[in-house]
Amino acid sequence: MESVVNRPSAQRKRIHPYKFILWVAMGSIVMMFAGLTSAYIVKSNQPKWIMLDLPVIFSYSTAVIILSSITIQIALKEFKERKIALYRNMLALTFVLGVLFIFLQLLGFNQLWSSGITLRGAGAAPFMYVIFGLHGLHVVGGIIALLIIFIKAFSRRNRSYDPISIEVASTYWHFVDALWIYLFIFFMWIQ
Amino acid sequence: MSNETVIHSLPDTASTHDIEPDGHHGHHKESFITKYIFSQDHKMICKQFLITGMIWAIIGGLFSVLFRLQLGYPDQTFPFLEDFLGKWAKGGRIEPEFYYALVTMHGTILVFFVLTQGLSGTFANFLIPLQVGARDMASPFMNMLSYWFFFASSVVLLSSMFIETGPASGGWTSYPPLSALGDASLGSNTGMDLWLIGMALFVVSSLLGGLNYIATILNMRTKGMSMTRVPLTIWAIFFTAILGVLSFPVLLSGFILLLFDRHAGTSFYLSDIYIGSTFKALPNEGGSAILYQHLFWFLGHPEVYIIILPAMGLVSEVMSVNARKPIFGYMAMVGSLFAITVLAFLVWAHHMFVSGLNPFLGSVFVLLTLLIAVPSAIKVFNWLTTLWRGNLRFTPGMLFAIGFVSMFISGGLTGIFLGNSTIDLHLHDTYFVVAHFHIVMGVSAFFGMFAGIYHWFPKMFGRYLNNTMAYIHFWVTLAGAYLIFWPMHYEGLAGMPRRYYDFSPWVSFNNFQGLNRFISIVSIIVFAVQLLFVFNFFYSVFKGRKVKTQNPWGANTLEWTTPINPGHGNWVGEIPEVHRWAYDYGKEGREFVPQTEPVGANEQKH
Ligand code: HEM
Ligand SMILES: [Cu+2]
Repeated sequence: MESVVNRPSAQRKRIHPYKFILWVAMGSIVMMFAGLTSAYIVKSNQPKWIMLDLPVIFSYSTAVIILSSITIQIALKEFKERKIALYRNMLALTFVLGVLFIFLQLLGFNQLWSSGITLRGAGAAPFMYVIFGLHGLHVVGGIIALLIIFIKAFSRRNRSYDPISIEVASTYWHFVDALWIYLFIFFMWIQ
Repeated sequence: MSNETVIHSLPDTASTHDIEPDGHHGHHKESFITKYIFSQDHKMICKQFLITGMIWAIIGGLFSVLFRLQLGYPDQTFPFLEDFLGKWAKGGRIEPEFYYALVTMHGTILVFFVLTQGLSGTFANFLIPLQVGARDMASPFMNMLSYWFFFASSVVLLSSMFIETGPASGGWTSYPPLSALGDASLGSNTGMDLWLIGMALFVVSSLLGGLNYIATILNMRTKGMSMTRVPLTIWAIFFTAILGVLSFPVLLSGFILLLFDRHAGTSFYLSDIYIGSTFKALPNEGGSAILYQHLFWFLGHPEVYIIILPAMGLVSEVMSVNARKPIFGYMAMVGSLFAITVLAFLVWAHHMFVSGLNPFLGSVFVLLTLLIAVPSAIKVFNWLTTLWRGNLRFTPGMLFAIGFVSMFISGGLTGIFLGNSTIDLHLHDTYFVVAHFHIVMGVSAFFGMFAGIYHWFPKMFGRYLNNTMAYIHFWVTLAGAYLIFWPMHYEGLAGMPRRYYDFSPWVSFNNFQGLNRFISIVSIIVFAVQLLFVFNFFYSVFKGRKVKTQNPWGANTLEWTTPINPGHGNWVGEIPEVHRWAYDYGKEGREFVPQTEPVGANEQKH
């Protein structure tokens, strides 16, 4: 076994395959939203298109998700410096902010829906529900990943100093953050 | 990061067991379940994909035989059909609804379940780790998930065939409004929902697979295996995976919008159209069915290349090995694969020339479409020059590889007809299109797949397939494919539309009745010969002649340096180092020079 493990000179500096997989997956997710937003652009040129004013709640959720990107970045830094207590706190904070983001999104949906803007009819609203909803699902995926890492951070048996899972999670988290900002600006400006 | 560091730092990556020559593991015995069912060994996952794909191919092929019975003998009844199909074939004649369901399922099954995941899943899983020199995939766990999502989607699609209203019946493209309205046809009810769910699971499966293929090819190559030394199979699979990863999500978003139209009352694709079956106009506003076509074909066109590129890779490799010559123009082959990949994203609207597309935009798509002929022609030229003056060994794999080139040329030429929008106005949705894509995609991709199976079967199962049956299989399939699809060009030029249940009311097509019957008879013969192949396959898995040497074809690539029956982890001890490209055949008086052999002092280096 030793000879296999320490095979000399094969150590080329390469990105970890899991990180690489994540980058390709993000490209894939981008294509999905690119498909949806281009469908939106194509349709918005058609007659009977009804515009949509986003409620102010979505600006709050934007602030929340940007904040959570900062906290997860701090968590990653603390982890690398082995400040485990701080790391756990920051991770927990990110988790709470993520949940808060989803909550605000649902609140925004609820507000729109009760003001009579539903899935019926032509216009931006049905697109908004579908696109924001799908983005929300991607955030939920990130929250679940955070939860798993969080539980791991507290388990006694599993003391790992391998930063790969938190690195992958934070990259993904920044990604859904950036994706949200894109979608938010898209719906503000392209009507 | 090297293979070993990855394997040792990650709990779920490839086995770190001591690997002994005959595949027994040192540390612990694997249970039946971890070895054959929830296996994470890429070679076992390959076999799972292959066998699932074969089962689907038999089902999909059988469906075509059934609807060919209707087309060949529209005035006759076949009482045995009623015994099998019950209410779908009352009095021994296939019901119109069921005819459409059969056509739809035939297309869906063969395009997606056989030629996409059956083909890519099999050979990407088998060849990537073995040919780049890795112990397994970047994430064997994701790889296993990819198969099980495929399995789940298969179960969903299969179950849709047994429900009261029958499976989806709006064609493999599932255009709305037929696919969006339950009232539109029987198959537009639960069958359509199951189709969409099955396809969504399918997309997840192919994304999980594709991510892994790309990551493995780029990150897990053994020492010395630069990207310019990998065999063309790997390049082809690489570009296939890129196509899939970038286009399947768009299809998924199209499906999601369709599901909303079906169940949530949205108007993405539906507008206030009048429905004949309910005598009412829909309440929807502003939807556009063309939007779906754009989203569908943005995947749909890359999809046809997702099917053909792996076949091209397999053919290039099998052909070079059996011509005992380097592949002609390796870099041109890679470049043309790249060009095809890029262009594949820019031509989707050639499926929509008659959808009311702006003619100016149409002419842009004509130009881009005809551009694809350039890289395609480069590939054909390189295959022919590889064969030219080679020491050809006509193994069954080689015959299928040559047959592939023949089919690809024939079908590619008709693509140029269709790519001109002015001609396509006449030919769209006729049997000409059916002939075009069956020859260039259906039969060609099957030929590539057969070339791969005949060539790598000894590595997969440690036994050979029976050659006599293989030669019968090849010649009958080749002749049969041309006899079936060549005449369809004439029918299409005469304007005979595709997807019609019965042509007898059209006097102008009556003269094709004999031809249709002829096509149906040949289809049945060709189908029977495929069953012969299936028999050969399973017989040889258990009873075939045993492989006695490590490298029976005298090939250069790494998979032939593993033990005859490699265990999980592929190589005993170290993974070999690579010193040259994969195509040093007939070099300086030697028949072949394996990739692992260092470059000699006076040898010309590649
Ligand atoms: C020289 C290259 C090619 C050109 C110019 C070309 C052009 C076209 C055009 C214009 C159509 C639309 C016809 C219509 O519906 O009216 C078409 C259909 C089709 N082509 Fe090609 N093609 C080429 C090669 C290929 C290849 C290599 C494949 C697959 C491997 C392929 C698969 C298909 C399929 C599946 C359809 C029919 C889809 C459907 O309507 O169900 N084509 N082709
Ligand atoms: Cu196309």
